[in-house]
Amino acid sequence: MSRFLIKRLLSATLTLFAVSVLTFLMFFALPRDPVTGMCPKNCNPERLERVRDDLGLNDPLISQYAGYMKGIVTGRDLGSAQGGRCDAPCLGWSYVSNEAVSDTIARVLPVTLSIVIPAAILWLLLGVGLGMISALRRGTWLDRLAIGFSLTGASLQLYFVGAVLLLVFVYNLRLLPVPSYTSLFDNPAKWASGLVLAWVALAFLFSAIYARLSRAQMLETLSEDFVRTARAKGLAKPTVYGRHALRAAITPVVTIAGLDVGGALGGTVITETTFGIQGLGRTAVDAVRSGDLPTIMATVLIAAVFVVLANVLVDLLYAAIDPRVRLR
Amino acid sequence: MSLSPVEGVALAEIESSADAGGPGIKGVVGRSPGQLAWLRLRRDRTAVVSGVLLVFFMVLGLAAPLVEMVYGIGPREQFQNLLDGFGMPLGYVGGVTGDHWFGLEPGLGRDIFIRLIYGLRTSLFIAFAAALITATIGIVLGALAGYLGGWLDAVINWITDLTLAMPFLIIALALTPAITLRFYGERGQVSSAFGVGVLIAVFAIFGWTSTARLVRGQVIALREREFVEAAKASGAGLGHIIFRQLLPNIWAPILVSFSLAVPQFITSEAALSFIGVGLSDETPSFGRMIYDSLDFLQTDPAYVFFPGITIFALVFAFNLFGDALRDALDPKSSR
Repeated sequence: MSRFLIKRLLSATLTLFAVSVLTFLMFFALPRDPVTGMCPKNCNPERLERVRDDLGLNDPLISQYAGYMKGIVTGRDLGSAQGGRCDAPCLGWSYVSNEAVSDTIARVLPVTLSIVIPAAILWLLLGVGLGMISALRRGTWLDRLAIGFSLTGASLQLYFVGAVLLLVFVYNLRLLPVPSYTSLFDNPAKWASGLVLAWVALAFLFSAIYARLSRAQMLETLSEDFVRTARAKGLAKPTVYGRHALRAAITPVVTIAGLDVGGALGGTVITETTFGIQGLGRTAVDAVRSGDLPTIMATVLIAAVFVVLANVLVDLLYAAIDPRVRLR
Repeated sequence: MSLSPVEGVALAEIESSADAGGPGIKGVVGRSPGQLAWLRLRRDRTAVVSGVLLVFFMVLGLAAPLVEMVYGIGPREQFQNLLDGFGMPLGYVGGVTGDHWFGLEPGLGRDIFIRLIYGLRTSLFIAFAAALITATIGIVLGALAGYLGGWLDAVINWITDLTLAMPFLIIALALTPAITLRFYGERGQVSSAFGVGVLIAVFAIFGWTSTARLVRGQVIALREREFVEAAKASGAGLGHIIFRQLLPNIWAPILVSFSLAVPQFITSEAALSFIGVGLSDETPSFGRMIYDSLDFLQTDPAYVFFPGITIFALVFAFNLFGDALRDALDPKSSR
């Protein structure tokens, strides 16, 4: 178990390392001088040159990369123009927003977490629940309704659903305020009412995939011998379906859920754009538009960390769900 | 030739339930798996309806200039005289009239219907091209990784993990203008064909991994089978074993994944246009239209609905057809 974990974490680190190198190369290979985007208005050549020097852009690429990585691990001293000392997870200094990138991330990451975590709970419950019900009630109107629901959800676009939800609940019925983010700890009611549309939109679209997948898996499992055996030895239906069948059927669902949640935590670009909420995804898009290199680097890296960690977690969950899986 | 009773019954059942395939022919007719799948597909009502809908969409997209001729309005024509002082279309439902079936865009006053037709053409072209390229790359790399194993397998697996870890939208957002700048410089006028090409390239870089995974798994399941061994023993080369022995056995899942990849690329193209990369305003596309329309959500909802509903119908038809195709190709699958 611990050997597996170490091996898995090592390969995860390797992947993250590769992502960081690739991103670094990709953005520094841009034909545009990265400084022009970072220098505020009225740039003169001297100032440009100073910014370039502050950023270490005149150093060779490898030492730039090494400096960046050292900053993440131990922190480093940036020039006085970049706020001086930059502590341990140092992600650099953004000239566009004039603050340390780690401060920007600390501000927008809770927003994305607040969107994704409740939405993920909602879509998993809804998706797996619907899939199970339609598998158990196969061929009935309930099943057909669930299939229709999931096919519709799988074909809809988030920005379209978001637009319709906004139109109906915010602009026409005026039941909800215009979506915005308030901290959960300041005002839970306002937190929920500002984000509920984003949760519903995400959950509707995502649960469709889960409903289809868990229905197919459940149908396959229900026809297996061990389910019949469990019924034959006198176990109650809820026990058989809930404990025996569901556990066997859910493994592929866990894989996809890990990838989806990990990916979504890295920034729900479309959701945030549709509802006008400034989370990680919007920040990344803004950074790309304004050429804010340190912020782009940071957002891409964080997104990659989430995906890679989610993958490790999925492997561990596998072992917990399915005793046949041996971790080596 | 003696048939066991069970086989005879099974074949007779297939024969009798098949619609008027060969009215005059008596007795047992042999059919290849492909023919059987085709029969199942033709008997499936959902498949027929969604298939016809898809053909309709494709013909509409291909014949866009023809539609323009019949309709009499071009995608870049502006009808400012039909807008009010605030740039909003006159009349009801976003200016729907006999001349302008889906109304007009607020602001520029372009006709929405003909722009949707051209958008359909752009989206379908990009999606099919991207799906074809990713399928080709995925099949070749997946088959090589699965059949040869070893370090090649490890490398391809690792690249797959790496691609999954990169946030696609953000990278695409950053990469597309960078590629364009490389070729055109700061001020160059970017042609729309080039924009389309860049999009397809970005999709190809990121999209091949799922097909590769699928093919790899299938090839691993098959590679120890006797027919592969026989081919190897009789001196067949690598190319022959992969393309003539292995691939014909796994075309069914590849076909299904292809048919489900196309709507995914349509969606991705729209999503990219939506966050502002992708195509310029010159080239009509679904995502671009929806993105532009969101500003008018309160004042002109019809402008949001027409592109939204059209793209939904298109993706819905593809998904239905893909599902039906899977059922037809896999006799074990249950509805």
